[in-house]
Amino acid sequence: MNGDLRSPLARARGLGSAKQGLHHWWAQRITALALIPLVVWFAVSLVLMSGADYGAVRAWIGSPVVMVLLILTIAVGLHHAQLGLQVVIEDYVHADGAKLALIVLCRFIAVLFGLAAIVAILSIGFGG
Amino acid sequence: MSVANRPVHRPLSPHLQVYRRQLTSVLSILHRATGIALAAGALYLAIWVVCAASSPATYAGFQSFNTSILGRLFLGGWLFSAFYHLSNGIRHLFWDAGYGFELKDAYRSGWIVVGVSAVATLASWIVGLR
Repeated sequence: MNGDLRSPLARARGLGSAKQGLHHWWAQRITALALIPLVVWFAVSLVLMSGADYGAVRAWIGSPVVMVLLILTIAVGLHHAQLGLQVVIEDYVHADGAKLALIVLCRFIAVLFGLAAIVAILSIGFGG
Repeated sequence: MSVANRPVHRPLSPHLQVYRRQLTSVLSILHRATGIALAAGALYLAIWVVCAASSPATYAGFQSFNTSILGRLFLGGWLFSAFYHLSNGIRHLFWDAGYGFELKDAYRSGWIVVGVSAVATLASWIVGLR
């Protein structure tokens, strides 16, 4: 009882902390911080690359520094996106089954597209 | 009905439609909307590199969408969403660190976000379409 600010009913319902509350919040902030330079770099590159042809785009993607930054941008960006979409889903979808299904679907799509992008970037850089 | 499932009837706060529109709430809603748009944009970015890794013909098909009116609007929307979500996200990080909560500061940083994202979007359109 001591130090517990919840009402007796809230405690009885047993829906207290799962001890992971901060992890999601923290991961969202850390990925946000990492995305500041990455998104600025990518947006500027995208604008400067406007009108570039197939060969020029592949040469750009395949250069070592761009490969690293692009993989980071896509991986961190998709992680951040999936964390954000989870919050949106939790806010608006109240049926437990649909909520869980949508969150899992977002994660699957993020991992699938992220992995496809990474394989594509590596194959451009190393394959030829 | 078990105790765990019994609904709790607490007083509710007035909901969204009761309030007058104001800069702070509009920017907050726009942050979420651009975030959702950018999630779709990230998938589009993945499709872009996959097309570049496949064949010249596939990439040409992808590019023909990008250079269409719809594609230009899509990319322009992507850039605006990115610049807006980026600058407003920095504003959010300052709040998370405990700065800028005074009403006056929240409005000032809000207008800075509007200005920065508008100028950055216009500048990238001008440079990108030159």
